[in-house]
Formats: sequence, structure tokens, C-alpha cells
Amino acid sequence: MEGPEEHSSLAALLDRALAGDGRSAARLMTLLESDVDATPAIMSRIYPLAGHAQVIGVTGPPGAGKSSLVDKLAAAFRAQGKTVGIVAVDPSSPFTGGALLGDRIRMQGRFSDPGVFIRSMASRGQPGGLAKASQNVVALMAATGKDTVIIETVGVGQEEIDVVRVADTTVVVLVPGLGDAVQTMKAGLLEAADVFAVNKADYEGAERLVKDLELMLHLGSSGSAWSPPIVKTIATEGSGVDQLVGSLAGHFDYLQGSGEYLKRRRRAAVAEIDGVLRGQLMSAIARRVPAFDVYASQVAERKCDPYTAADRILRESGLTAEGLG
Amino acid sequence: MVIAKAGMDGHDRGAKVVARVLRDAGFEVIYTGLYQTPESIVATALQEDADAVGISVLSAAHKHVFSETAREMRQQGLDDVILFGGGIIPPGDVEWLEQQGVRRLFLPGTSGPEIVAWLQQAVSAQRASGSGG
Repeated sequence: MEGPEEHSSLAALLDRALAGDGRSAARLMTLLESDVDATPAIMSRIYPLAGHAQVIGVTGPPGAGKSSLVDKLAAAFRAQGKTVGIVAVDPSSPFTGGALLGDRIRMQGRFSDPGVFIRSMASRGQPGGLAKASQNVVALMAATGKDTVIIETVGVGQEEIDVVRVADTTVVVLVPGLGDAVQTMKAGLLEAADVFAVNKADYEGAERLVKDLELMLHLGSSGSAWSPPIVKTIATEGSGVDQLVGSLAGHFDYLQGSGEYLKRRRRAAVAEIDGVLRGQLMSAIARRVPAFDVYASQVAERKCDPYTAADRILRESGLTAEGLG
Repeated sequence: MVIAKAGMDGHDRGAKVVARVLRDAGFEVIYTGLYQTPESIVATALQEDADAVGISVLSAAHKHVFSETAREMRQQGLDDVILFGGGIIPPGDVEWLEQQGVRRLFLPGTSGPEIVAWLQQAVSAQRASGSGG
């Protein structure tokens, strides 16, 4: 726990960030990434203020052109007079913990625009396509007044779709030339799409990809009133971006008009609470059960199974007298 | 850690090699790409809450790039962010640049481990001394 002095400096940092100071906001983002003790105080202050922004997730396989598309989307929102926050996630090395975050390379046009705040985040071993603190950083951007927040995931395969719990609207960016990948990706990534962007639409195979997606959407009618539009884009030239922005606005209108917005918010809330609870339970258990490592060794040596170990750990923690039963 | 290439100079091999070396040493490195201005470099460092900014200049514009970046950093209140760099810089200019606020310049021939060791030490000293995060 923090002392009173630390607490007041955190409160001052929050005051400055909410008054529009970018450096203070950046500091808070670092704290959200790295300081579990400071996080609850930051979140309790910003969370009520974070509800007005439209949060757009951009995901897709590596090299699909996500960063370039995010750059062009940001430019389009700026042209509408909206301020933009961008959270760009890239993978950490599982071996060294280091990371090379290169999404900014494609966003150079935005660097000197005070209406755009870009934050790179390393995934730090978190599965799911985002960093652990990504959702909180998105909330901070919204709370500091960004009208639109775009969150770009790491290059994903089929199942790293945590972004749907953070974003109001998820864009799945695909490119021609992934062969029969559409078939194999049916479950997972493709289901995450509220809007499809078929990028590099000038490449061979783009028409075929569009047809495949149309067929898949037609066959897999989900019973939802919203059918994901398929927008052809060439991000490097900016072509198709206006249609994409139109589709995003259309989806946001649909969400709010249909009541789906609240349903999604509720689902996301359950996931958020779940994530925080797990974290807090694990750290409470780690504090209370110093023999955790001993249990881990026993399981590793197959002297004990993980279920029995978990049950004993829970009893020993005193969090429940009955264990898991 | 922000690694940038400044000015009208398309030679980014050195910057990429350094970025990679730092990544492999466990740093989180934000690579900005080519043709950065002092203003865009400092805006990036501010938004990313960087501990350090490294700039590679091979275009003979080093005096301008480094001094302007240092000035812009002071103006934006980033006094506690470490500014370092490398490239083709006449040894005679090094002292002047250090007076402008560049903490360290690595000239051609510097080894990766040398940069890593210096940076690790400089970052931990900076964090210990100040409010750095």
C-alpha cells in the first residue's frame, strides 16, 4: 500500500492528466502497465469518465496492414474533428522480455498532431492479442477526452480475440493470399468481426477473398440483425477508408439502436471483473500460502495432481474453510 | 526506449541494429522509422513515457538534430529523459553536443554490449534519482 505522500502525488498526476496534460497521462499509462498497487486508485478515478468514446478494435494476421489502416482511420476521424487515441500492441519476446514496437512506423503522419495520442504496448507474455493493461489504457484515453480510441492488436492467428471484450466495434483486417485460411479461420477470428476490411485489395485474389467471406457470412447466419459489411481497402493509398469509416459509424448506430451496446458492455463488464478477481485472488493466495512452490514441485513430479494441489492451497489460504468442495 | 532516425537520411541500418540489440537485452524499444523531426521525436518520447531516446544521424545534420531535440525535450519538461545517439559524428563535435544535453554519443565501431551496458546503468541511475517511471 502507498503512503499518504505517494497517494497525493498520484492524485495530482490524475488531476493533471484529466486536465489534458499528455505527459501525466503517459506516466499513468506506465503505472497501469507496471504498478498493480497504483492501478485500483487510477481506475476508480477514471472509469466513470471513460464511457463516451467509441472504441474500435483492429485485428488480423501479421502483415495484413493493420497499422497502416489505423493510421488512415485516425486521419479520417481527425478530418471529422474528432480526437483520437491509439493503443498499438506488439509482441514481447518470450525469451528476453524485450520488444520491438514498430507500429508507429506506419503512423508518422500523426506524430505532430496534438489531437492524436499514440501509445505502444508490449504484450508482455499476455495471450489473447492484447497486453494485460491494454483495456485500462484505453479507458484512460477515453477519460482524458479522446472521442475515438483505436486499439490495434498484435498480429493474430485464430483465437487471440480478447479485443472483442474491449472494443465496441471490431474490424478484422484480412489480405488475399492466405489460401484457404478463410475456411480454417471460420471459428474464432472471423466470428470476432463486426466489419471486415479486405486490405491490399489491388492484390490478386482479393475478389475471391470477398466472395469467400460473403459465402461464409451467408452460410453461417448467426441470427444477429447485423451482418458484417465487407469493405475493400488499400491502406497505403487510403482507398476504401471512407467506406470503412461509414461502416464503423453504421455499426455504432446499430449497437445503440438495438440495445446490443448495453448487452456487450455487460458481457465486457463480467470479463473485466473476472480478470481483476482472478488477479486479486492469485496474489492473495500467493501472499497467504508460502508453500505454493512446494505444491508446484509436487505437481511437476506427479506426486500430486493439480486439482488436489489447488484444493489444498485454497484450504491453506484460509479464503475458504471447505476448499474447493 | 525510443529509437529514431532523424532528417532526410534514409540509412536506417544502424538504428535498426541498435533497436534489435536493445530488444534482445530486454528493453521495450519503440522504433519510429525514418525522417523524424525533433518535434516528432519528442512527442513520441512524451506519449510513450520513454526512459531514453536514441537518435541515429548519418547525414551530417547531427548538430542541428541533437541540439534541437534536446531543446524541445527541455521545453516539454522531459529533462529526466536520457538523450543519446550515434552515427557519423566528427569527434570534435562530441563535446559541444554533450554540452547541449546529449548524454552519450556512440561513434562507429561501438559494440552492442557496450551500448547495452551503458544504457542499463544510465536508466537505473535515472530512475533511482528522480520521479521516473
